[in-house]
Amino acid sequence: MSTTDFGAFPAVTGGAYAAPATSEQATAPERPAWSNVKAPDARSQPTAAVAFTNGRRALKVFLANPNALFGTAFLALVIAVALLAPVLYPDDPLSMVGKPFLWPGQDPTFPLGTDSLGRDVLAGILHGSRISLFVGLMATALSLTFGVFVGAIAGYFAGWVDDLLVRLIEIFQTLPSFVLLVVLVAIVQPSATTVTLAIAVISWPTVARLTRAEFRTIREKDFVMAARSLGFGHGRIIFREILPNALPPIIVTSSVMVATAILMESALSFMGLGDPNVVSWGSMIGTGRELVRTAWYLTALPGLAIVFTVLALNLIGDGLNDALNPRFTQDR
Amino acid sequence: MPVLIRIARTLRRTLLQAVPTILGIVVLNFFLLQLAPGDAADVLAGEAGSATQESVAALRARFGLDSPVLEQLATYLGNLAQFSLGFSPRYGMPVADLIAQRLPGTLTLMAVALLIAILLGIVLGSLMANFAGRIPDRVLSVFSLLFYSIPSFWIGLMLIVLFSIKLGWLPSGGAGTIGSQLKGLPALFDTARYMVLPATSLALFYVAIYARLTRAAMLEVKSQDFVRTAYAKGLTPFGVTARHILRNALIPITTMAGMHIGGMLGGAVVVETVYSWPGLGRLAFEAVMGRDFTVLLGILLLSSLLVIIANAAVDLVHAWLDPRIGAR
Repeated sequence: MSTTDFGAFPAVTGGAYAAPATSEQATAPERPAWSNVKAPDARSQPTAAVAFTNGRRALKVFLANPNALFGTAFLALVIAVALLAPVLYPDDPLSMVGKPFLWPGQDPTFPLGTDSLGRDVLAGILHGSRISLFVGLMATALSLTFGVFVGAIAGYFAGWVDDLLVRLIEIFQTLPSFVLLVVLVAIVQPSATTVTLAIAVISWPTVARLTRAEFRTIREKDFVMAARSLGFGHGRIIFREILPNALPPIIVTSSVMVATAILMESALSFMGLGDPNVVSWGSMIGTGRELVRTAWYLTALPGLAIVFTVLALNLIGDGLNDALNPRFTQDR
Repeated sequence: MPVLIRIARTLRRTLLQAVPTILGIVVLNFFLLQLAPGDAADVLAGEAGSATQESVAALRARFGLDSPVLEQLATYLGNLAQFSLGFSPRYGMPVADLIAQRLPGTLTLMAVALLIAILLGIVLGSLMANFAGRIPDRVLSVFSLLFYSIPSFWIGLMLIVLFSIKLGWLPSGGAGTIGSQLKGLPALFDTARYMVLPATSLALFYVAIYARLTRAAMLEVKSQDFVRTAYAKGLTPFGVTARHILRNALIPITTMAGMHIGGMLGGAVVVETVYSWPGLGRLAFEAVMGRDFTVLLGILLLSSLLVIIANAAVDLVHAWLDPRIGAR
């Protein structure tokens, strides 16, 4: 069919949309190279343009974006709160300290009120930020490390290694991830560490897929050829030559992954599958849920903490996307 | 005719690729669940309260839980080859029947949620693309990001507070009025009332994605030559947007929608818990808690199949939307 070569013209096919259809082999048809849900804008970005990212220019663009700055400031606040929580409220946030069912503002000692057992809601929210951030950051770090490693190997070596790893990625991406997460956490006893590990297990395939796509494109570039002809080893080419150029989309993804991990942790603890010995925003909502008719503030307040923290991370991700993908700053 | 050939070819390729994936999923899940402490016999015995060593052993023998792991795997695969998902010790009925009972609930919920998300997303995205760079675009883009940051279970509870408790307009849970004798249109209306809140909670997260995707895709397509040609031949702006721009922009959107089926199923677990919606998600949760691994294996397998079917459907839609895609 003659349409095949016709489709190879980027100008004819509408740029990036044809790219998956023509350049990818049968292993991953029509899946966007940029599989992260949060950065759909960047998904249609040809990888070639990303390679010329200028660090200082990117920083300038990021700092000129009010949304991103707001996100960064709020995240800094949450981190400060997480670090200071044991100083501000040295007692166990799960201990009963006051009269039950005090509404916010009713008693100045408990600015955000108390729950059905007389536990301080504010102390709970402040302490809850610790587990959310811990799980979010650690799970992202773990899945980034593993995902980049697998994706780099698959994309760089191609051949049967690639086929095998793509199969593995596909298996993980076909299983509904949250169902798998619930199963994983139920199998091992829930604790902060196991929840973190389980979230990492279900989120690495996204990174691996993204890294693989980047590596496949960059591998063909002239500078990699030059590095090869200079006799550099595989390890050096992967980590010193290709990886720095593949980083921008991975960085954007990582901030969104932290946000997603926080959402997943809260959903797990909401369903009673979190660490039972640690107060978390999700578990506060879970306990407040039964009283939603009479004391809805118990549900609303921890939820707002989640929403704003996650929103801050997403705003940062958006800002990073604008800064690191120059083409889209032009439409704005 | 070439359309049909193209579609058939796409379908064959997708199916061939799906077989090893499914097999991998089954084996992986099987061994994963073997790692779990305890089995259905333990939970049943615990709930009965008066179990003896012998009765637990008898339970195990009855459900084949005492045979070697590889033998159990072989039995399971053998059952699968005969399209049987096994028998649930806990519910005392075949897993396939159990899933068949719950599947329609979840599928309707997901379909309605996906529909809401895509429609709302396309509308918002088109608005954003039309006002690209100006105030409405910025405001909507922050709003869509806000939707993206709200946990579905929380917004579910907040919607219950507002619409069920404060205003009393909509029911707070369940799938239909109990004991109602409604038929035809009133029955549909009744179900719709129960569906609004769960579907909205589930959809909100995805609205943001579709809105941004639509915006990006429309901006991309807008600058193409064929759009200028369409304007030049005197089509109305709405006609150009609907027939020329949106059709091309639909390709990335449908790709994403296919990928979201799995995610939505996960979201349904949580939303179904909040609204006590009788669906697959809650069954999965109950199966985890009851260590009913046959049911769990069945659900995982079936939901993976659902994802694969959704992706195949997306491929087909692509082959129809863009004749170049199926041409390989």
